[in-house]
Amino acid sequence: MFKLFVKMITAGVVTEPPPEDADIAALGAELKRQVDEQFHGSIAIRQVDAGSCNACELEIHALNNPYYGVERYGVHFVASPRHADVLLVTGPVSRHMEEALKRTYEAMPEPRWVIASGACAIDGGPFGESYATVGGVYRVIPVDLSIPGCPPSPRQLLAGLLALMQSRA
Amino acid sequence: MALERLQPFLDACSGAGLGLGPPDETTLAPAVTLEVPAAAWADVTTIARSQGLRWCAMWATPTETGHDVCCVLEGGGYLVLRTRVAPDEALPSQTFVYPAADRPERHAHDLTGLRFANQPDGRRWTRHQAWGADEFPLRPEFPAAGRRADPTPPDTDYPFARARGRGVLEIPVGPVHAGIIEPGHFRFQAVGETVLNLEERLGYVHKGIEKRAVGLDPAALARLAGRVSGDSTVAHGWAACQALERAVGLEVPPRALWLRAVMAERERVANHLGDIGAICNDVGFAFAQYQFTRLRERFLRANDAAFGHRLMMDRIVPGGVTVDLDAAQIDAMMRDVADLSTEVAELVMRVEDSESLEDRLMTTGRLTPEQAEMLGAVGYVGRASGLAFDVRRHVPYAPYDRFEFAVPVYRAGDVAARTRIRAEEISESLGLLGQLLRALPEGDIARPFPVPSSPCEGLGAVDGWRGEILTYVRIGADGRIERFYPRDPSWLTWPALELLIQENIVPDFPVCNKSVNGSYSGHDL
Repeated sequence: MFKLFVKMITAGVVTEPPPEDADIAALGAELKRQVDEQFHGSIAIRQVDAGSCNACELEIHALNNPYYGVERYGVHFVASPRHADVLLVTGPVSRHMEEALKRTYEAMPEPRWVIASGACAIDGGPFGESYATVGGVYRVIPVDLSIPGCPPSPRQLLAGLLALMQSRA
Repeated sequence: MALERLQPFLDACSGAGLGLGPPDETTLAPAVTLEVPAAAWADVTTIARSQGLRWCAMWATPTETGHDVCCVLEGGGYLVLRTRVAPDEALPSQTFVYPAADRPERHAHDLTGLRFANQPDGRRWTRHQAWGADEFPLRPEFPAAGRRADPTPPDTDYPFARARGRGVLEIPVGPVHAGIIEPGHFRFQAVGETVLNLEERLGYVHKGIEKRAVGLDPAALARLAGRVSGDSTVAHGWAACQALERAVGLEVPPRALWLRAVMAERERVANHLGDIGAICNDVGFAFAQYQFTRLRERFLRANDAAFGHRLMMDRIVPGGVTVDLDAAQIDAMMRDVADLSTEVAELVMRVEDSESLEDRLMTTGRLTPEQAEMLGAVGYVGRASGLAFDVRRHVPYAPYDRFEFAVPVYRAGDVAARTRIRAEEISESLGLLGQLLRALPEGDIARPFPVPSSPCEGLGAVDGWRGEILTYVRIGADGRIERFYPRDPSWLTWPALELLIQENIVPDFPVCNKSVNGSYSGHDL
């Protein structure tokens, strides 16, 4: 146990901002201010992979690593759509996920917001519209904001969340 | 060399008088191709099993005269069995000797209409409700856009195996899971906490990749291949490009091959770092989660700085790579790699110190070496259960034929062993990165990809971080893709999860699942 503590202490605090990443800190500070103001300090996101290649999920996961630590801005990911303010959707919406996505959206309490995250969620990306994919998320449920990128980086995701806040303000 | 190793199998086949064609060493080189009459398919399969060949992949292509079917086997070299099946004919199923063939056969039927005789599981697999039982998307007459205008209904009537008896309960999970994870359905039959049976139902992220590839140019195919499974974008990109380059006989400059290996090893390290953290987190050891995700983030940032993309997507292209490293970048990467080696070694020691972690991971989710062999498991799943196979080592491709590295193998087959394999592979990969960067050859990083003078085909084989990736590509005379089949290693490890979870408790499913970490997207295509 002692060695664990030593490692924790010597690893130190890596949470942003290191010198080259001042913009993450600025993004985060503004995001926190908006979340405080509009959502009383806490916004809940339910993520749904509606057909992505999983690259988007890797980067969404990264938001919880100690560098970004989005929970400190009041942003957290929840297991149930019933607890969610925001639905963060990735992928070109495969036809096999079409109904599951719709039901997840319908299970959310209002008011609710939908973010289409990544090139595929915007318009189907390289998978387009086909016998297997519906195309962009907007074809299935109403979308409030799109985040570009393949996949969107944690920084782009943060900027996207902030843009959603600002669009409401 | 492949031919030499496959000789005992070929001798056994000719001894049985099955009327096989002569082995062809050129068409899908370095694999050996063997034409097999459809009627001899079952006998050849049985002989292959008795000769200890491993079943790797099978795909079908609709043609004007039925189906062209390929099956890849491995025994120190790759062997491709090839047959033509007439429209009114059914191909004997291989599942009776190779259980791994089950889902690929059902996938092939769902997409092409090829029928299998004596297929023990007649249920659909990749098909849910997006197209009908009598429609086959890979047939040329099936429109790429599909025929369905209305919303696709959910797949509610898949006939799962049910357990009956006092106290038996059924637990349906998914397709939308609780975390940030790909969609799939798991159906548990349990008594109390104990899992009697688990049945996986995948196909939710089927994106029609095989159909989408038809008509693409090679550059666009490489981009599509890079999105078969996003966590393996480098490995899938490399396998597809290798297949394309072998098809047209294009020699890739050595510097490009070395840079591909640098990216592939970095992809392996990044994913293993993430997985070790996640496995520990699934049993409540958050310390490891934060430490390993910290290292992963650092590594991804270095990817971004060196290659201009955190996951190194689209950096491998037909003919080479798009990004070069200058002397300063190489120097910085070598220092970073050395630094990371020290950090990882220390962290792994700390993790191994934890007795409660050991208590949760050891003997949990055990896949016996016999089960692994029966399923033909690959990657860390196979290596944790006694199967040493690694494409880089056993069917080496440049530049791995020049470098020294160990392939860790254990026999315990539990979550702890699959975790330990990852830790040891990280240290081997970091060692390899040092060797690759020190010996980076001078020269070009790409050659132009030619338009072939006639239709041609190639088979790529690359060891991704999950294990062996096999990719088949056929290019038409116009230089456009006619067939693309990427076989993600997950096809061979998803079935292992169903076996290793039996007799474990339901709450251990997340950690068992993470320890296998099959790709949904790579499998569903």
